[in-house]
Amino acid sequence: MNALIISAILGVVMMFSGILLKQKTAVRNVAIGGIIILLLANILEMGGTVFFTIDSRGMIAFDQFALLFNTIVFVSTLLYLLLSAKEIEKVGVNYADYFALIFFILCGITLVSSFKSLLILFLGIEIISIPLYILTGSDKRNLKSNEASLKYFLLGVFSTGLMLMGIALVYGARGTFITVPDPLVTAAPNTLLITGMSLLLFSMAFKVSAAPFHFWTPDVYDGAPTVFTSFMATIVKAAVFIAFIRLFDDAFEGLQPQWRLWIAVITAITLFVGNITAVFQQSVKRMLAYSSIAQAGFMLLSLYAMNTEAKEGLLIYAAAYCLATIGIFAVLAKMNDYTFDGFNGLARREPLIAATLTILLLSLAGIPLTAGFLAKFYMLKATIATPNSLWLVIFAVLMAAVSVYYYFRVIQAMYFKEGNDATTGFSPFFKWTMVLMASLVILLGLFPDLLLNWLYF
Amino acid sequence: MVAFFLIILPLLTGLIAFSLKEEKVVKSFAFLSSLATLAVSVLGLTLMNAEENLQFTAQWMQPIGSSFSLKLDGMGQLLCLLTAISYPLVFLGSWNASYKKPNNFFALMLLAQAGLMGVFLATDALVFYFFWELALIPMYFLSSQWGGEKRIPVTFKFFIYTFVGSVLMLIGILYIQSKTVSHSFSLNAFYVVELSSKAQSWLFWLFFLAFAIKMPVFPFHTWQPDTYEQSPTPTTMILSGVMVKMGLLGLLRWLLPVFPIASYVWGDVVMSLAIAGIIYASLIAIRQDDIKRLVAYSSIAHIGLMCAAIFAENKSGMQGVMLQMFNHGINIIGLWIIVEIIERRFGTRKMSELGGLAQKAPVMAIFFVIIALANIALPLTNAFAGEFLMFNGLMNAKSNYYLWFTVLAGLGIILAAVYTLNMIRRIFYGEVNELTAVATDLKLNEKLALGIIVGLIFWMGVYPQVLLDVTDNFSQELVNKIDISHLFRKQ
Repeated sequence: MNALIISAILGVVMMFSGILLKQKTAVRNVAIGGIIILLLANILEMGGTVFFTIDSRGMIAFDQFALLFNTIVFVSTLLYLLLSAKEIEKVGVNYADYFALIFFILCGITLVSSFKSLLILFLGIEIISIPLYILTGSDKRNLKSNEASLKYFLLGVFSTGLMLMGIALVYGARGTFITVPDPLVTAAPNTLLITGMSLLLFSMAFKVSAAPFHFWTPDVYDGAPTVFTSFMATIVKAAVFIAFIRLFDDAFEGLQPQWRLWIAVITAITLFVGNITAVFQQSVKRMLAYSSIAQAGFMLLSLYAMNTEAKEGLLIYAAAYCLATIGIFAVLAKMNDYTFDGFNGLARREPLIAATLTILLLSLAGIPLTAGFLAKFYMLKATIATPNSLWLVIFAVLMAAVSVYYYFRVIQAMYFKEGNDATTGFSPFFKWTMVLMASLVILLGLFPDLLLNWLYF
Repeated sequence: MVAFFLIILPLLTGLIAFSLKEEKVVKSFAFLSSLATLAVSVLGLTLMNAEENLQFTAQWMQPIGSSFSLKLDGMGQLLCLLTAISYPLVFLGSWNASYKKPNNFFALMLLAQAGLMGVFLATDALVFYFFWELALIPMYFLSSQWGGEKRIPVTFKFFIYTFVGSVLMLIGILYIQSKTVSHSFSLNAFYVVELSSKAQSWLFWLFFLAFAIKMPVFPFHTWQPDTYEQSPTPTTMILSGVMVKMGLLGLLRWLLPVFPIASYVWGDVVMSLAIAGIIYASLIAIRQDDIKRLVAYSSIAHIGLMCAAIFAENKSGMQGVMLQMFNHGINIIGLWIIVEIIERRFGTRKMSELGGLAQKAPVMAIFFVIIALANIALPLTNAFAGEFLMFNGLMNAKSNYYLWFTVLAGLGIILAAVYTLNMIRRIFYGEVNELTAVATDLKLNEKLALGIIVGLIFWMGVYPQVLLDVTDNFSQELVNKIDISHLFRKQ
């Protein structure tokens, strides 16, 4: 509850900070201070200190799982702001508004990570989506940004419509919005419920950009300003995944035979489309867009398996994926050339940046010693424990091997090719934040318990 | 503690080496580090070979059933000794070569050593997998950064190949872990797990693919000649001398004892592949002009024989493989050292452009001939003992086709003589041309490295018992573990 209320307040504060504070640095510092407060308040709540007690009538439940996920989100956002706050200011004149929108998105994330009612889910998804439409189109003079925003908006509201329809049908079948209904009054699976569930499944698949609902992703990610692509592709995506797994764990657990095959097929298609298409990209930004689809495919495995390990694994996956992708995007935002060739010879000019970037890329590829390996490891372990899923596991690891191809292209460009100066320069602070991220990735890859122990406080 | 030091020593010195700037300093540092590792490894064989010294276990990832456990058993002792001996020899033999960014080069070499040691020591499947991949990463960077012209695509192919193999193995590991009683990744739990023969069959192939790519066994060898050719020669030495042993160790420690039934059932298929590889690689080696490629193909042939002997599944074969794993490493490093010297002096590896070196560099010629003869397993050289035991093992194999396998594998020796002697003739004899007319003989450090190798060749050729004693227990236990004759009696 702490994070929910404080993030909403901070959003308002940030809106006015643009008027009250004249200096860019001041606004940035307020934002960074705000996220630190948010993080601390959330950690306090994990320890049992709750500032606000509001009776939500069972519609929201801040359990350890939700709180731990919020912590991951806030830490990632903090690192994101530390690395990219300056880039946000460069996007447009209303820079304070962008910070405000980010805090509103965080507010939505705290809702979707803890909902117990379909209404709250809808509310949370909308609070996340609407600021994102704005952020996507924030580069007003750029035609691509405008196009991306419109595309995102149209498809987004369409899927929101599907979601509302699904919620309505589920309500019709169950007579309640609460996701964990009383088993006594729960109706047997009927057409109404299954249809509602399918609609919810499709709309959520759209939000996490799972194939075949992914067509918006590359264009939107490519068109949006790179700083906001970074936020969208990492923190927001992970949050929607948490909502996805909570929804299907709570509300539709009994219907597992009905949806498991759907999820398996969607997973396989997502892995295939994401990885194979990423191979052919020439722009690193677009490659990362497809890579985010591919990584979503791996995260979907947790939904498919839906056991304890899958849920723990999703948290590790969220952390690993967010850390690595935020770092890569932060460096990308500073490059003048977004193609693979733009990275040529980076290791010679910026050895520290190249080394940290390599660790992050290895993590995305799932090489041991990094958090990314452990994340994939948990997913595979969870999936292999479910019967008749060997084909999916083998397919997933083969696709992971494909992903090595495009991640390593960046490493090859940095280390083994010669190139000209194409960066705007990195400040020492930026470099050390990157080192911090890389060490977090390795630390998490060696000792996942550092994170997971928080679940069992 | 010995096991722990074998990993931590190269790891830490490797990390320190990144920060050293001066080429001389980093070279000496790396050399001293490798000597220290060798000293620890020898200690583990002699003074400190008590059980408690050779084991190391630490808590790590307890909730998912894994612990950081290492053990130096007979095979581990042998292979760690090989790794530990190889590094000083490699550094010494290529002392005169110089590299761009020497600190990164030597640091990555040492990190690769830590990875290799980890693979040889791990007795926990997850730890094994960790090191299996970690040994690969430094090798990838070494080959891609300091290699030849086509290094980038070639080493990338190598990386993707091995990565595909290893992730498939990971699935196998996860599946077995889910079937163990205690949900543990430990080797002992893997040894007692109950698997149906059907499950064993497909798991066998998941694991075998990973190991077959690494060794490499025909038809998974296509990455190997290119990678050996394009890598900087010190890296090639480690790749071919030590790293291929990862695959063989995988078979011996993780494949046969865990899937005894499948190993028996599929043994003929694997042996056929291995022996096809011997003939195929030997024939191609005869046609090569590039020395590096020739040695690379000859290595495929040798590994093929070891792989076949493993699936003979008897003690003589196993002991032969153990001995040959060590000796093959020593011999091939010796060959590479001379190849590297030739390449550095004359700027070419083509045999057609060389000739008459024996007149100009007699010491080099003597060393090369001895090592080359060891490569074709002439009696009194080290490889003879190993190959003899392996052929003995093949002859006594349980397979119905044992005679065919032995005869065809024996053909490999004849072919090896053809290409090796041909190589000696074309490089060292014949007319001196303008390139080789200005040749000079070996330098002191090169003489030293090659002298040690030749010494080892004769020692192991005359008295291989030293090594056989080390692995005797291990081989016997292994043969007992994979013996499935009790299954037949029941029916």
